[in-house]
Amino acid sequence: MSGTAAQGYDVAIIGGGLHGLSAGLSIARAGRRVVVLERAWVGRHASSATAAGVRTLGRDLAEVPISLEAMDMWHRIERIVGDDCGFHSHGQTKVAEFETHMPQLREREATMRGLGYSHEEIIDAAELRRLVPTLSPHCVGALIARDDGAADPHRTIAAFRGACEAAGVAIVEGCGVEAVERRGADWLLRCGERAFTAPAVINAAGAWAGRAAALFGEQIELGVRASMMMVTERLAPFLGPVVGVVGRALSFKQSDQGTLVIGGGLQGAADLDRQRSTVNFVELAKGARASSELFPSVRGVRIARCWTGIEAQTRDHIPVIGASPDVPGLFHSFGYSGHGFQLVPVLGEIMRDLVMEGTTARSISAFAPARLMQGRRAA
Amino acid sequence: MSTVDLLIVGAGPAGMAAAVAARRHGLDVLVVDDQPAPGGQIWRSVETVAATARGGRLGESYLAGASRAAAFRACGASYDPSCQLWQIEPGYRAFVTSAGKARTVSAKAVILATGAQERPVPFPGWTLPGVLTVGAGQILLKTADQVPAKPVWIAGSGPLPLLYMTQLLAAGGKIAGFLDTTPRGRLKPALRHLPAALGKAGDLLKGLAWTLALKRSGVRTVKHVAEIEARGEGRLQTLRYRTDNGQWQETAAEVLLVHEGLVPSIHAPLALDCQVEWRAGQHCYAPVLDGWGETSQPGLFVAGDGAGIAGAIAAEHRGTLAGLAAAARLGKLPAAAAETEAAPARRALGRELAFRPFLDALYAPRPQVFAPPDETIVCRCEEVTAGTLRARAQIGRPGPNQVKAFTRAGMGPCQGRQCGYTVMNILAHAQERPVEALGFYRIRPPLKPVTLGELAALDQKDTAA
Amino acid sequence: MFRKLHDPGPQAVTIFIDGRSVSAEAGENLAAVLLRQAEGWSRTTTVTQSPRAPYCMMGVCFECLTEVDGVGSVQACLTTVRDGMRISRQLGRRVLSA
Repeated sequence: MSGTAAQGYDVAIIGGGLHGLSAGLSIARAGRRVVVLERAWVGRHASSATAAGVRTLGRDLAEVPISLEAMDMWHRIERIVGDDCGFHSHGQTKVAEFETHMPQLREREATMRGLGYSHEEIIDAAELRRLVPTLSPHCVGALIARDDGAADPHRTIAAFRGACEAAGVAIVEGCGVEAVERRGADWLLRCGERAFTAPAVINAAGAWAGRAAALFGEQIELGVRASMMMVTERLAPFLGPVVGVVGRALSFKQSDQGTLVIGGGLQGAADLDRQRSTVNFVELAKGARASSELFPSVRGVRIARCWTGIEAQTRDHIPVIGASPDVPGLFHSFGYSGHGFQLVPVLGEIMRDLVMEGTTARSISAFAPARLMQGRRAA
Repeated sequence: MSTVDLLIVGAGPAGMAAAVAARRHGLDVLVVDDQPAPGGQIWRSVETVAATARGGRLGESYLAGASRAAAFRACGASYDPSCQLWQIEPGYRAFVTSAGKARTVSAKAVILATGAQERPVPFPGWTLPGVLTVGAGQILLKTADQVPAKPVWIAGSGPLPLLYMTQLLAAGGKIAGFLDTTPRGRLKPALRHLPAALGKAGDLLKGLAWTLALKRSGVRTVKHVAEIEARGEGRLQTLRYRTDNGQWQETAAEVLLVHEGLVPSIHAPLALDCQVEWRAGQHCYAPVLDGWGETSQPGLFVAGDGAGIAGAIAAEHRGTLAGLAAAARLGKLPAAAAETEAAPARRALGRELAFRPFLDALYAPRPQVFAPPDETIVCRCEEVTAGTLRARAQIGRPGPNQVKAFTRAGMGPCQGRQCGYTVMNILAHAQERPVEALGFYRIRPPLKPVTLGELAALDQKDTAA
Repeated sequence: MFRKLHDPGPQAVTIFIDGRSVSAEAGENLAAVLLRQAEGWSRTTTVTQSPRAPYCMMGVCFECLTEVDGVGSVQACLTTVRDGMRISRQLGRRVLSA
């Protein structure tokens, strides 16, 4: 038909972010030939814009089992991808500023214990002060997951990329999938002049995953998040745990370089068509205010840069993971709604299970694509 | 939040002229500038210095700034000195900080008159205390009446080193030597542009006069210097240099001033998504502008050296044109009247611009400016070397933004002002692509570092209006 | 590294650099004053603790960052001295005070 011969693989992955790379890595290590097709460059969007919190704390109950498995993997990430990715585990906290915030934290701890989980723990003001000495003294307690932490997003992207290439994954950048067609038992994916075929395709296209699904005729409801981040000048180390706060959009931590990395979900604006996003400083000022109120000593700290990421968001804020109910050979891994970074290592294994065995022992039924498809929702 | 008709960023020659022109037609104007007094760089501290003995030593072009500053002060524009612009959004909404407080300014039109900066000149040891730009040396002379304590070494190319050296000698400073980095063979291609430049015969003669004055004062000059290196323990102590066909020479030095031309300030136009173009003759970006200085964003103008390096007189004329255009755009001046009033400035600007191709050809930077040795720190803020960048350039075909993500080059407070062009050039060379194909770093706000406390105070009562 | 060509005379003010009193001229540029000090350097870097001093004098290089009256990372070249001003050179990454 067209002039250029299509390159054939066992699995084609749409999207070169961390979830695409993780799936590619697991499947390539299982012996399959994998190609990752990335429109811009590897890690361009959500993976670069993430605060890179490695968190089990506070997750939706449906995510807890896979999140705990992922956490074990983070604690041995160097053995998985050949680099420690800058991962440190000084804990993640959800701080209660006032006594009125404590009941919801206690209730969460009790719920988790009731389900057999012990990783979330209530701490009192004294223990909180010991762990986070620079926190404003008005805070009364917190919920903590002590083995949680944070990593370096760019080192993580570089490590997964390097591991993929070592495992034989073909990574094609500047290659956005524009059209797909059936070619016997394969899918043929077109990117400009180039074409790729594979019997199995993984949709890991992040905020554009709804559009990617539509190429296959599948309508999956998907929204977009444009979470803003601030990074400051480098400071001498003073903060170990990652700090979140009840009732505030604040996620506050200090990186290995000493910079403060401040997120929490304040929203800027994203333009999916132009793949651009903009910072809203009036909104971001709330994050600056929250930072100064929780950590009074940071008022005079200079902001080096701010940005807005472009991520997918589902209606129920949990991801879309699973085989397509209707389209043969199509699998989905997207919609992480601002908390996908920590799940990256285990999702590679889950996608390998699904693609190669057609099923997985990990609990992913809550993430079924059908729930977000008109007329396909479970009763 | 305050609301004005016209926000002018920069109180140098262009910004002041724009304010005066806009005020003549009744616009409500706010001028913000990060310096404590008007004058920009060329007329720095002119209000306090012009009347002094040292003002006289600095020359006519400097003293001309005094009358401009007076006219500016009298024109009725609001003026916020020591005020940093750190974000500007379409609409236009500007975010500024002064006296430790951040606030927003809403304006129907904006003129960016933020001037230029010296082209970054990376070489081994350029980060040592004691290495500064020639511009810095000149600013120290103007504002603080300050000269290098010991005989100074100057390395570079262009009119500015010549001017500074004559000013320094007139002030009683001492020059150890001038390393002229103008490459061999620049005169011939420059002479092609000489006929056009003759309209500014006065400036040509001025340049010649500086050169002769330096010769007469016996300043030791080494021509066609191709490479330099600064060495020392914690400060500059030794300067090494080599001519294009010579061996490395070494000399003791305490202060070295460097200059390889000027490049327009490009951050604010890029942050606002203005179209920019690559100027091959000056090896840098400049915003795409119409005849009034309007960018591709309606109501946003660039005036002065930020539109393209052309000097203070051209800057004033560009400022006048932009001020008139803003007045016309906001309905204070019919288009025909604007044309008539603009005509003399347009003609004068044309004469100034005719001179530039000659200068640009004569002083085109030597290639080593864009290809420093591996051990050279390219990103001063994050201390990333040329070698690190070259290694990264081999993985895929990264652009500056990917390289920034993985090496941290460009993530420091200067936001690529000292490394952006070097990174582009290193990548272009490694990938065998034209430099302009790489593009500049994506500019992320804030344009200047604002503190968490300043930003925290922003939304209080500010944006309720 | 640099010297002033005139004496401030009655225009002299006193500022303090790392606790040491230094004479300056009222209204002059702080980076200019730092460049007159014997040390030469005015901060050490956050990555390798290398000494740096003002480079561009016009606000585009950020080498002149210094603590002025308790406020950190201020660009000295955009700062005018006042009598009694207290300057602290920043060494490596800033340590936050409570």
